[in-house]
Amino acid sequence: MASRPRTLYEKIWDAHVVETRDDGTALVYIDRHLVHEVTSPQAFEALRIAGRPVRRPELTLAVPDHNLPTTPRLDSRGHPLPIADPESAAQLAALEVNAPAFGIRYIPATAKEQGIVHVVGPEQGFSLPGTTIVCGDSHTACHGGLGALAFGIGTSEVEHVLATQTLLLQQSKPMEVRVEGDLGPGVSAKDLILHIIGTIGAAGGSGYVIEYRGAVFARMSVEERLTVCNMSIEAGARAGLIAPDDTTFAYLKGRPMAPQGAEWDAAVAYWRSLHTDEGAVFAKSVVIDAAAVEPSVTWGTSPEDVVAIGGRVPFPEDFADESKRVAAQKSLDYMGLTPGTPMTEVPIENVFIGSCTNSRIEDLRAAAAILNGRRKADNVRWAIVVPGSGLVKAQAEDEGLDKVFIDAGFEWREPGCSACLGMNPDKVPAGERCASTSNRNFVGRQGPGARTHLVSPAMAAAAAVTGRLADVRTLV
Amino acid sequence: MEPLTRVEGRAIPLGLKNVDTDIIIPAKWLKTISREGLGQGAFEALRAEPGNVIDDPAYAGANILIAGDNFGCGSSREHAAWALGDMGIRVVIAPSFSDIFSGNAVKNGMLPVVLPQGAVDRLLEVAREGLAISVDLEQQTVTTPYQDRFTFTLDPFRRDCLLGGLDEVGLTMARGEAIGGFEASRTAAQPWLMRGTAA
Repeated sequence: MASRPRTLYEKIWDAHVVETRDDGTALVYIDRHLVHEVTSPQAFEALRIAGRPVRRPELTLAVPDHNLPTTPRLDSRGHPLPIADPESAAQLAALEVNAPAFGIRYIPATAKEQGIVHVVGPEQGFSLPGTTIVCGDSHTACHGGLGALAFGIGTSEVEHVLATQTLLLQQSKPMEVRVEGDLGPGVSAKDLILHIIGTIGAAGGSGYVIEYRGAVFARMSVEERLTVCNMSIEAGARAGLIAPDDTTFAYLKGRPMAPQGAEWDAAVAYWRSLHTDEGAVFAKSVVIDAAAVEPSVTWGTSPEDVVAIGGRVPFPEDFADESKRVAAQKSLDYMGLTPGTPMTEVPIENVFIGSCTNSRIEDLRAAAAILNGRRKADNVRWAIVVPGSGLVKAQAEDEGLDKVFIDAGFEWREPGCSACLGMNPDKVPAGERCASTSNRNFVGRQGPGARTHLVSPAMAAAAAVTGRLADVRTLV
Repeated sequence: MEPLTRVEGRAIPLGLKNVDTDIIIPAKWLKTISREGLGQGAFEALRAEPGNVIDDPAYAGANILIAGDNFGCGSSREHAAWALGDMGIRVVIAPSFSDIFSGNAVKNGMLPVVLPQGAVDRLLEVAREGLAISVDLEQQTVTTPYQDRFTFTLDPFRRDCLLGGLDEVGLTMARGEAIGGFEASRTAAQPWLMRGTAA
């Protein structure tokens, strides 16, 4: 093999190149493919029309998540309840038919293993270190938290993977985000990734695959690493990843689709080689001082619009770049914010705890720790918790977290993507604000006219309790 | 896929940066199981504003869209490319694109042209006059009636796919033997990688 020192990304890439065309495009093997109902119907339809089979059905896993209502799914007799919205119902029905028709394992909406694809993949041990993982969803970058090369693809590529188990790709450039020092108390993985995106910008990772490096990440749990890598796409990067280590292996051991016995030992031995070599070169390197990271919130309509909770709504004229000044003014108009307002004076009417970014058990524990013995403020009209999977929900219920949320005035829901993008009935009303643990504060993302402030789970809980954006450190 | 060699026509001078895929096509339009008809949902929030640039009659029939940095950022939804295509757009010109959007565009016979901000600013001026802009993929140039001439690059594989209207899936299926060889060595050396849901 190559003697040149390589980055983690380059090692995974090299291990998956089937062949390289004369024009430099590589045919790359895909180990794991996740499919949900929104970006797959047209791909299955194209296969059907062309009479093409799925090449390796066992390497694809299908789970419905985007459209599913988060209200109860079974009636009192245990029968599945119908989906009211006919378009959502048709899309969900298409996946339920397409997956078995093409020999693909399908987890139904009523199974306890159902959840958001990016929660289910790691949880089932389907997502593994060193693998290439794709899904018709940009937050596939999430699985990089296990040390996988994971990225979102379009529907034509979904079809390409189903038919050939490969993709035609140009190699991205390796980028390093190195975080030095320790995060302060009350500062979470979500705050760190928001801070990183605020620092490098929404296009700062464009053309790159980011490797997150530094002792902070080595100390993080797998759940925290998944949160960080999840939002790599919000910095424009194709993917983000963190080298696998003993924490990763301990997380995966014994999961249903993870290797077992002698194969487990062989896999771990291989995974231990998956780290950036001494002397490997990154095309771009950014250094972040962990001590400077504070609990963070977004003020605008791009995930780069990040400010520390102690900060204020910015003045558009303070931005050096003209296009950013224009964008900031449009954002402030949409968000209904006045420059100079302290962020802690921004009132909140809705709180959403969920999404592939922050719906795992640790996220629910962090929010519940703040809510325990407290209640949402009167001006918080709607507060919901949407666990990332049925297994997360069951675990939380075992720990009594559901009761903490319900006592605090939250609704305790069934798993799915929910108000992160409002494809199901969970939407934020026009003109209202939402403290949301999701990943995108785009115009209309949580519903037409909805105003999103991205925060960590603990910060969402703090907002619920105080009825405004709040520094969680004042509540612990 | 319809081949693309040369596109000439009016351009919508959108100009904004970070135009995300939720702006191009909001989530409620993603419930379709077809690729057709998404143009009616394109830029829905923007079009709700009176006097918006998308519906301005001065740019009626435009087949080119000009935008700012990081066009198509956000979600991987190919619906964004389908919606633009359904509006009649064949070329998008911007200083940069999100990786996923530019790939989706090419797979739908739509050309993403990357030009420096200065060139994009000039093309926005010309477009605002309602004049036709010409994009030639063989020459890799963008020209205006004022004799402006900007050259762009595109990776050769994408260029070939667009010029020839090629079906990537068909191209790759023809490499089935190479893929099979890769899988065989994989199965021998790291069988656990090939088990997937069958583990």
